[in-house]
Amino acid sequence: MLKCFTDNRFNTHGQRLTVHFDSPNLYGAVPEVSPAKGDPSSAHRPINTTTIMAVEFDGGVVIGADSRTTTGAYIANRVTDKLTKVHERIFCCRSGSAADTQAIAEAVSYQLGFHSIELDEPPLVQTAANLFKQMCYRYREELMAGIIVAGWDKRKGGQVYTVPMGGMLVRQPVSVGGSGSSYIYGFIDSNYKTGMTKEECLRFTADALALAMERDGSSGGVVRLAAITEAGLERSVILGNQLPSFSA
Amino acid sequence: EIPQHSLPVIPDSTTSLALSGSYVSNKMINKLIQVHDKIFCCIAGSLADAQAVTKMAKFQLSFHSIQMEAPPLVKAAASVLKELCYNNREELQAGFITAGWDRKRGPQVYTVSMGGMLISQPFTIGGSGSTFIYGYADAKFKPDMSREECLQFTTNALTLAIGRDNVSGGVVHMVVITEDGVEHVVVPGDKLPKFHDE
Repeated sequence: MLKCFTDNRFNTHGQRLTVHFDSPNLYGAVPEVSPAKGDPSSAHRPINTTTIMAVEFDGGVVIGADSRTTTGAYIANRVTDKLTKVHERIFCCRSGSAADTQAIAEAVSYQLGFHSIELDEPPLVQTAANLFKQMCYRYREELMAGIIVAGWDKRKGGQVYTVPMGGMLVRQPVSVGGSGSSYIYGFIDSNYKTGMTKEECLRFTADALALAMERDGSSGGVVRLAAITEAGLERSVILGNQLPSFSA
Repeated sequence: EIPQHSLPVIPDSTTSLALSGSYVSNKMINKLIQVHDKIFCCIAGSLADAQAVTKMAKFQLSFHSIQMEAPPLVKAAASVLKELCYNNREELQAGFITAGWDRKRGPQVYTVSMGGMLISQPFTIGGSGSTFIYGYADAKFKPDMSREECLQFTTNALTLAIGRDNVSGGVVHMVVITEDGVEHVVVPGDKLPKFHDE
């Protein structure tokens, strides 16, 4: 159970103040990952066992996700938005426990906002990724969160960083995550090529997500896409009946 | 991992790793067992169980074909395996893909899962590495491919699976079964196609 949370504020004397919160209410309680057997409260917390994906291209990134949140066998939300903004040009794709990932994203979003005020310039994607990693690694026993961080910054352009469960951090040109990702590794490996344009990336992501949603019971609904570049953000949705279809 | 397609020709294919615990005991094993002249079985799961079951099936099929005075149907072969798998489901841990050619229905592919389910499909994949290529197989399969297209599709799919599954690897075995006969194709690891990350 998450016992404390560090809040970096300044006190009235301008000194940095580290406050430890014992209350779970500020950032939302982090649920126990493995409740005792027979425990009635172990019925089903909302999870985004899901399919998420991010691809780098020259000038930005394309991110995508399905839209299903399940509590056990019930689809609690069939139009979920798993692409969460943590800063103007930095997004994260969330998979795993819905509560955990929402809490982490909120916390990182706060830390990034503060950091960017200190720096007086937009934060780096690598910074955001490291903040996610620090939290996911430190609380790895309590959390169930697989996150892909993607965005654009002035220094390195479009970048994708994956922070899977356990808290590793690695940059990849293409990254997939969530339960549906296993089914599309072969497709990704065979279809990805370097030097794709934004439109090709969007197409590639939509195809891959559609294939995963077809096979994974925990993924489905609509495909949410976003393209992040220097110019800004373009979000789009592909509805169920408009998904690319494959002959099988 | 075992993909398979059914068309005028049927390439059967598999990779050849055998494990005891985490030790690779054999890198060249052939997981395609011939149960009759034009009927083959791809095995997955416990190799001991699979070998025992296919030996039994081979015997039953040869007896059946003598009684019927004709080669057995592919469906019959698959049924025999299914009976064995289903009736001994508690003890066994083996899954099969049965494929072959017969005069009644031409080329066919049947999956016999670990619990003993039997279904007929235009093509199928199985084994631990198969999860990684569901997306690829769904995207790339089209009905009525030619023999070369089939072989290429199978090789590509297996290569991608080997690339992601740590317990698949070694040599790729394929068998092409047609009305005219059976041809065994072997592709060693270094001759497999390369994808972007290599």
